[in-house]
Amino acid sequence: MSVKNDAKVMELNTPLLDQLESGGWPSFVTDLKAYSKKRPQVGQLLNQLNESYENRWNYWIGTVLNVPGYGGGVIARLSQKADKYPDLAQFHTVRVIEPPGWVYSTKNLRQLADISEKHGAGILQLHGMSGDVLLLGFNNDQSMSVAEELMENGWDIGGSGGALRTLQCCVGQARCEMACYDTMRVTKHLTDTFIHYLHRPEFVYKFKFKLSGCPNDCANAMMRSDMPIMGTWRGEMQIDQAKVREFIKAKGRAYVIDNVLTRCPTKCISLKDDDTIAVEHQDCVRCMHCINVMHKALKPGKDKGVTICMGGKRTLKIGDTISTVIVPFMKLETDEDLDRLTEFVEKVWEFWNDNGMDHERIGEFIARVGLATFLDGIGIEPDARMVVRPRSSPYIKFEELAPGRIGGEQTKMPPVWNKEPETTEAAAR
Amino acid sequence: MSETKLAPRDQGAPDYKVNLHPVMLKNYGKWDYHERVRPGVLVHVAENGDKIWTIRAGSPRTLSADKVREICAVADKYCKGFLRFTTRANVEFLVDNEAAIQPLIAEVEGKLKFPVGGTGPSVSNVAHTQGWMHCNLPGSDAAGSVKALLDELIDDFKNERLPNRVHISSSCCQINCSSHADISVIVQHHHPPRINHGNMQICELPKVVAICPAAAIRPAVVNGHESVEVVKEKCMYCGACHGQCPSMEIRDAETDTLSIWVGGKTSNARTPPTLMKLAVWGLPNNPPRWPEVGQAVRTILEAYKKGGKPYERVGEWIERIGWQRFFEVTGFPFTRYHIDDSPEALSTFNRSTMVRI
Repeated sequence: MSVKNDAKVMELNTPLLDQLESGGWPSFVTDLKAYSKKRPQVGQLLNQLNESYENRWNYWIGTVLNVPGYGGGVIARLSQKADKYPDLAQFHTVRVIEPPGWVYSTKNLRQLADISEKHGAGILQLHGMSGDVLLLGFNNDQSMSVAEELMENGWDIGGSGGALRTLQCCVGQARCEMACYDTMRVTKHLTDTFIHYLHRPEFVYKFKFKLSGCPNDCANAMMRSDMPIMGTWRGEMQIDQAKVREFIKAKGRAYVIDNVLTRCPTKCISLKDDDTIAVEHQDCVRCMHCINVMHKALKPGKDKGVTICMGGKRTLKIGDTISTVIVPFMKLETDEDLDRLTEFVEKVWEFWNDNGMDHERIGEFIARVGLATFLDGIGIEPDARMVVRPRSSPYIKFEELAPGRIGGEQTKMPPVWNKEPETTEAAAR
Repeated sequence: MSETKLAPRDQGAPDYKVNLHPVMLKNYGKWDYHERVRPGVLVHVAENGDKIWTIRAGSPRTLSADKVREICAVADKYCKGFLRFTTRANVEFLVDNEAAIQPLIAEVEGKLKFPVGGTGPSVSNVAHTQGWMHCNLPGSDAAGSVKALLDELIDDFKNERLPNRVHISSSCCQINCSSHADISVIVQHHHPPRINHGNMQICELPKVVAICPAAAIRPAVVNGHESVEVVKEKCMYCGACHGQCPSMEIRDAETDTLSIWVGGKTSNARTPPTLMKLAVWGLPNNPPRWPEVGQAVRTILEAYKKGGKPYERVGEWIERIGWQRFFEVTGFPFTRYHIDDSPEALSTFNRSTMVRI
């Protein structure tokens, strides 16, 4: 595809940015200054950035631009200094879905660099906070041509706006013994299955999945995603007592007491006189600490799966929220497991989008309608593992105990106090 | 465009298998354990004894196409042409030959000028956003302030000499696009949005009214324009309306300041994930190097280095020694603004007699 990519050469005028060339950390200023010889619009970008430094002011206006067929993925920016810097008049970012786990062959990474340089300013950000590859510096035509060439080569455009956003996951089973499920596979599966929702914003607001293979959460899922899918296990963790002894021999008992036993959140580990350990497995909350410290001797249990939480996001608008446990445990290995997950996600989206307000993330939605109502809406039974403790406030609307609430008829108060608990898989555990 | 044949749509995520180092592909799901060989170098050992070494290097995140090619050249030379990036924008070079580690490090540090480190109990790369380089809302820069901050902290990136890992993030506005972190820098605004009443026609007024979390915005006709007004007493200067409507300008080059927050973490290890708490406010937005921010972060880091016990994250260290001592050892003042007045406030008060006297 032919592309026009000739920018006006301008002398660099970056006295403030130049002060970011010293110091030990690699300087994007040094890199981009050198590169501006090849792509002069980068020089214009640096000059405008220097003006921002001088005036502590920003010169970008947001606007909307879409690749045909898509409703997001181009972050369109117009410069307010376009008179001075003509090639910043339109200077857009194109988001590209990264390979799950941010793994690359140099062949593929070079291809991104080449395509980015051919069509625009040739600036790449590896990676954006949503996980995407960010390619910077395309005008309207270039944004279209770069998207077409990317897609011709098998890349796809990332999400933006009130849509499913590009997913991100940790390295998972590709290089980590802690990973309790195949994060890369599930990331690709969810991306591909829900690609329509990623490209065509039809939600009340953004929705992010992030996938971490274990509770250490290297993908920053708990805080930064609407639905973190966290690897975990049920039953007992694996203990190799011979390696426990080796560890204690090498590090000493005091080290194990101070750094493993007393750091256990439920104090479920004890050190025996023969330098083995005993674990009260029913009290383990799978925090990973002991496994992190003694990772040769201790491993996650063999019956692996995921805990699904919901509702994490950063500050706007009701303050930061941390995700809450919604599904304490489910297996996520077979195709049937994946189907169950996608069905569940569709149910959650339906309830949230039918009832959510404009710009209401799912964490804010849960806070507004209440967790119990949310669970009703998505068809999940309440489970004590969803809360840290039950409520303290006695002002409660007991639906079963409200006389005459159905059609004005006096209903009999059900004897909830001697009702047999329903046997669920959860209760059985 | 109408004459051009469009490329295929909705292709989804790239195949990860073709992007995996052969040793990682071969041992996918069969890893046994890992060790930290030295700061910045990990070795993962598979059940069959295969090993892959990871050399982690700090990257500025914003890279020219040429710099990306330089990175690729190193990976071609030593890593069979495979590499990966981390959540915090580090680049990881992957080698299956132990002898390649030293020359690879020499080339990464010498030619690329990327520091090797960021593993174990160290400061990792700083998660950040766009700032003045490409955002439409920022009150400050991201890449530049982070570069200056990491210059200050680079020795703690290269060495593993902290109680535990320290994640740092930097946000350029009150939306806080960057992640939760042990130490976090946030821009703060100090007055309600200035409304450009003559330019409100570019915004959807009902949405502007609805987006305010403090219900401080209401419709109004001003000088004959359909517009909105802001109830000053209710406004908390968050800038939610500014994201919705550029005519509601929340930023102010003269009065915006920076604040530093501590004790956030997303990992579930030992304690549940925790939110960050206010440590210092009112630092100047001072480009090009933001020295006051660097100094404050350094102060927190040094106090943590000195007082933290092994495996304690910044937040866990502070919870143990108490916030009173945190303010003592860092020398930052505890002020009325540190007392929470959000809906979470009651749960943050010390509702006990447990006091260090």
